[in-house]
Amino acid sequence: MILTSVLVLLGIGFSAAAILAMASRLLYVYEDPRIAEVESVLAGANCGGCGFPGCAAAAQGVVSGRAGATVCVIGGDEVAANVAAIMGLSFSSMEKQIAFVDCTGGIRAEEIYDYAGVSDCRAQDLLYGGNKMCPEGCLGHGTCVTACQFGAIEMGPHGYPVVDPALCTACGACAQVCPRGVITIWGMTARLAHLNEITDCLAPCRQRCPGQINIPRYIEQTSRGDFAGALETIRERIPMPLTIGRVCPYPCESACRRTHVDAPVGINMVKRYVADWEMNSGQHLPIPCAPETGRRVAVVGGGPAGLSCAFFLRRLGHSPTIFESMPKLGGQLRYGIPEYRLPKAVLDWEIEGILGLGIDVVHGKTFGTDFDLESLKAEGFEAVFLGIGAWMNMTLRIEGEDAKGVETGTEFLTKVGLNMDPGVGRKVVVIGGGNTAIDTARTSVRLGAEVTLMYRRTKGEMPANIEEIIGAEEEGVKYLFLAAPTRIVSDESGHVTHVEYIRMELGEPDESGRRSPVPVEGSAALIEADTVYTAIGQKPELSCLYDEEGNCQLKQTRWRTLDAHPVTLQTALPHVFTGGDMHTGPGIVITALGEGRKAARSIHQYLTDGAPHYSAKVQRDLIPYTMFTHVPDVGYRKRSTVPHLIGCDERVCTFKEIEGALSSEEAKHEACRCLRCGLTCYNRDLPARECSEEGCVSRS
Amino acid sequence: MDYFTLVIAAIFVNNIVLAQYLGNCPFIGTSKESGVAIGMGLAVVFVATMAAAITWCVQRFLLVPLDLAYLQTITFILVIASLVQFVEMFLKKVVPPLYKSLGIFLPLITTNCAVLGIAIICQREEYTLLETIVFSIASGAGFLLALVVLASIRERLDLARVPTCLRGTPLALIMAGLMSLAFFAFKGMAS
Repeated sequence: MILTSVLVLLGIGFSAAAILAMASRLLYVYEDPRIAEVESVLAGANCGGCGFPGCAAAAQGVVSGRAGATVCVIGGDEVAANVAAIMGLSFSSMEKQIAFVDCTGGIRAEEIYDYAGVSDCRAQDLLYGGNKMCPEGCLGHGTCVTACQFGAIEMGPHGYPVVDPALCTACGACAQVCPRGVITIWGMTARLAHLNEITDCLAPCRQRCPGQINIPRYIEQTSRGDFAGALETIRERIPMPLTIGRVCPYPCESACRRTHVDAPVGINMVKRYVADWEMNSGQHLPIPCAPETGRRVAVVGGGPAGLSCAFFLRRLGHSPTIFESMPKLGGQLRYGIPEYRLPKAVLDWEIEGILGLGIDVVHGKTFGTDFDLESLKAEGFEAVFLGIGAWMNMTLRIEGEDAKGVETGTEFLTKVGLNMDPGVGRKVVVIGGGNTAIDTARTSVRLGAEVTLMYRRTKGEMPANIEEIIGAEEEGVKYLFLAAPTRIVSDESGHVTHVEYIRMELGEPDESGRRSPVPVEGSAALIEADTVYTAIGQKPELSCLYDEEGNCQLKQTRWRTLDAHPVTLQTALPHVFTGGDMHTGPGIVITALGEGRKAARSIHQYLTDGAPHYSAKVQRDLIPYTMFTHVPDVGYRKRSTVPHLIGCDERVCTFKEIEGALSSEEAKHEACRCLRCGLTCYNRDLPARECSEEGCVSRS
Repeated sequence: MDYFTLVIAAIFVNNIVLAQYLGNCPFIGTSKESGVAIGMGLAVVFVATMAAAITWCVQRFLLVPLDLAYLQTITFILVIASLVQFVEMFLKKVVPPLYKSLGIFLPLITTNCAVLGIAIICQREEYTLLETIVFSIASGAGFLLALVVLASIRERLDLARVPTCLRGTPLALIMAGLMSLAFFAFKGMAS
């Protein structure tokens, strides 16, 4: 019996073995041994972040060429290197991607729906397609927290998700379950190259900012005391927060919803604070760059647009070289803005940080004279950015304009910037109403002159910053409004002695919406002057684009600026891009910085994809339905004021910086005044909010 | 035997998981998502049917004539394990899409006691070959039904606010118990 049992079992066993052995020969399917090898070095988490259903499928994908060595989002560089070794591929460090939360909704979502007792974003989304008050905002139910296998997301104090970058593996599970698209998986390159779109959660301030800075994000980071994070957010859009914190006329603040309650949030003050915080620490924070591509790009002009373009090109992995005709970089920032507004030491420190990324600079070379587009191409530059600014001055077109002692404001400021003797007299008349005119007037005051500023419209219509206008008045600059020069009177030696002018009155509004000044007959008068500075506008010097035969391959606009695509900034020559004052005409610094980034983005796409491209949903104008005229349920909170570093009496004899920065507490207070606006909603004061270690928290 | 009664009994009254308590490991382990549950359920239907038919032949033509019925369990395990290996090779060669869709579940069935249980029940009840096949398909379908229902409940529970200590397997076991009680309502409809 036992023998029979053993024999039967052995028989069945051998029969099965024989059948399987034969079957394995007959039914043999070749399988690449590398699949098993690759699978053995993957992380084995089966998280799905790679886009394949499990690690086995990912391994097959790698071997079949459908995925690269960096397929495993969890494994990081070590796993990628191992996979590359098995597959015989070259491997370079990959750029880390993480979940990026770009919405500060949450407690603003007023109508929270439960679906049969289940508090879930998806149920709400299925029923109503999103919250009615916040169409793009987070619903705050935390489905993403449940979806994350790695504990990298938690719901923050305001009911919106907060990602821990150290734990995030970019597996994409959170982005997949988010019904409002609040979370996306982004790497640095994608964030740098993104243009604001109308489907983004864009607070009004962010819509208005020419630099497209994510203002609500850095204000929120500042309120939490995360100053390094705030700087990183700012530097995703502009490379010069120190400069912008000092010279920006902050158009963002005019769009701030807080204006309807008391006064706008001091957005620029907060930016200035975090930028100064870095400088005061004495060390430049590390700025991440994508792996080197070895592609060379020539950046012509070392002003704000050129510096911005070079900065972003470097961060995108390319190798830019800046060509600058002046002795130092900075353009109008250095030679047009006086020391008391933007100290040269601050500018130098900021530029040092930008060049520290690995940007080459060639000084003393003038475009059109020492080199041109052809020579740059011959030197191996694959693309060119032209950002030579607008240095050519408009003329008054009046009699006697060529008299001695008549000069342009920019020439005067450049001489002062270069520490040359500007030859300023004792009685100065400045003609114009913009920031250059004010800078010229205030600089002349500091050099001991009596200054009169002549402007053909009223004070309220001056394009200069209001703080600058008031500051100049405090320093003793006299204003002569509603007056236009008609003739420059000079003595026998040809030197200016007087300016003849005529009084003006405001007529009907012109195309720009401003009322045009009209001369008042018989009101001519004389004003004494030994120096006259004109600051009535500038335009780019485009003669450098013409060759010896007088031909130019690039086109110009009717405003005598370089013509380019409004979004991609690509010119008529595919490898040539432009930006800044050369493209827009004289503008504010942040516009030039923003254009520098847009051009860098386009050059990056031109080098990698063959042509620049952009979404049809790019935000260009203010989104109408996000503009309110009334903001209820928000209480008064005092706006911080910028301290003055030196008294008014001392100001007129020194070029020391006038404006200071907020203190840490004041910066946090100002950040907490932010209403945390999204597309259509904002945070009400119910319950009131106050500052704490964690930032602005609700108080019940 | 009335085949209709046999099918109803196998699926609802004597459900292999909820009434016989067999195959609890894959029942809990593969019921987190409906898609996975359907894949596993179909794989069990396929293998259980083939295994029951072959083991019926082994029992009838080998073990019974040699009076070795006490070797039933060990023999059946050997046969089922070999069969799963063979089926895996066969599908990989002949029907690669089906092989890929079954994926990891096919080798998992080797250790699935529901398959062994179905084969042994067929012998205990002394079914004919045809009855064995019908019963196996129906029992597999019962397993599939239980798996899909539990997976649907668990997907829903993932979204609910559940005390942390009950999340995951503990709550799945409670749900399985409640489903089992619910299936007791079918008791008496068929033997």
